[in-house]
Amino acid sequence: MTSIYTILQALLPFEWAGHHFMLNAFLAILLVTPLFGLLSTMVVSNRMAFFSDSLGHGAFTGIAIGVLLGSVSPLLSLVLFSVAFAVFITYIQNKSTASTDTIIGVFSSTAIALGLMMMSYGGGFNKFSSYLIGDILSVTPDDIGALAIIFVLVLAAWGVLFNRLLVLSINASFARSRGIPSFWIQSAFAALLAIIVSISIQWVGILIINALLVLPAAAARNVAQNVKQYHAVSVLSALASGITGLLLAYYFNMAAGATIVVVSAGVFFVTLALKPYFVR
Amino acid sequence: MPHTGKLHYVDAKGKHTGHPVIGYVPQYLRFDVSAPTSVQDIFCACLTRRPVWLFPAGKLRARIEKSLARVHAEHLIDRRLGALSGGELQRVLLALALDPMPDLLLLDEPVSGVDQNGLELFYEIVADLREKEDMAIILISHDLNMVAKHADQVVLLNKGVICSGTPEEVFADARTKHIFGLLAGETAREAAADIPESEAAETAEPMEGGERG
Repeated sequence: MTSIYTILQALLPFEWAGHHFMLNAFLAILLVTPLFGLLSTMVVSNRMAFFSDSLGHGAFTGIAIGVLLGSVSPLLSLVLFSVAFAVFITYIQNKSTASTDTIIGVFSSTAIALGLMMMSYGGGFNKFSSYLIGDILSVTPDDIGALAIIFVLVLAAWGVLFNRLLVLSINASFARSRGIPSFWIQSAFAALLAIIVSISIQWVGILIINALLVLPAAAARNVAQNVKQYHAVSVLSALASGITGLLLAYYFNMAAGATIVVVSAGVFFVTLALKPYFVR
Repeated sequence: MPHTGKLHYVDAKGKHTGHPVIGYVPQYLRFDVSAPTSVQDIFCACLTRRPVWLFPAGKLRARIEKSLARVHAEHLIDRRLGALSGGELQRVLLALALDPMPDLLLLDEPVSGVDQNGLELFYEIVADLREKEDMAIILISHDLNMVAKHADQVVLLNKGVICSGTPEEVFADARTKHIFGLLAGETAREAAADIPESEAAETAEPMEGGERG
């Protein structure tokens, strides 16, 4: 880790780079925002903004279960619970004829209420409030190692899943006619989202994590003509907003997660204004 | 009302032939017209597992151009799906259904929502396929003139098979006349009630018979 710090400090001769906690946050952003940019493309194309929002809500229950059980770490319990929750919602959506909105609404609110109920058990709710806002400056060198592994895994999964997800995003019956197992592909994507969301929640916070899954691709859609441009713009906008947000937050002493989201939103409005010049 | 069941594909001698390749052109594809997906993207996604977002199309581009040329749509390769007209979209979907070349081509009211010029071009292409390619074509249509002009075999369906045979036989049949007398009345009533789809009668026409070896 020391050698990475030395290299980064040589490359970035700025005042902020003198702090190890800033370098950790910087590395974490380099690893995590491109993943948000990638997954965001299909969250928006598949109209899953509400679904990804519910993953954040489900996190309440996941964390509460972890803390109540005591023996497992809150993070592990959160990841396992979120994956199960995501796949379960996908399954119910496939089985039921009720509208997607209603189904997600039911599960999302149940999960949030159940979580709050369990967290408030014994009157100790305050110790969970850090999850609401998150703190990117709390990233440790161990976290960065874990993030690097996740980065590679998500990239590989995106390589395997993407083409079939793309056909599914156009039209589900058309995808089925091409022999694409829609339930399995959707579940795998939902699980991937759940993993990324639950790992990042401690840094970004439950309240705004969904913005990172919607804004990059929403901005990219305004200017992209094809899949490659869509991905490139989405990933770059996520990465640029992440770094800009972190630095602004450092110099003006604000919450980094929120600042990143505000910068992303700014990028969205700029692309929205540019839309007439790009999309025909 | 989805129906489930088993279909067995047999050749002319009644032998089981395994899984035939089926090309399917859906009726009026509903999709998000703002999606940043080009015609080339959707072809690549259907034809390979190589992730579209990462790799250039490379050799695949020539194959896609060839497929599109078959339906007179090679100029559409870089167009966004949402920017295509109804007729262009159906031709692109037909080109997709023809790669790989299928044994059986299913066309489910492929020209609903296509303008007159697009409609004629689409039928010309299908007629051309019927002539040149070794495949069975099943087309579901309400367009009786087109059916009479292009089909080898016609099956009139109305909650079951009403009658079947060559176009001449079917259109001369009293039952056909009766049904379409009813249908004409029904269409008028539907238009009044603004119901978009009719289940009253479907005409299926296997252009080269149902099976082949």
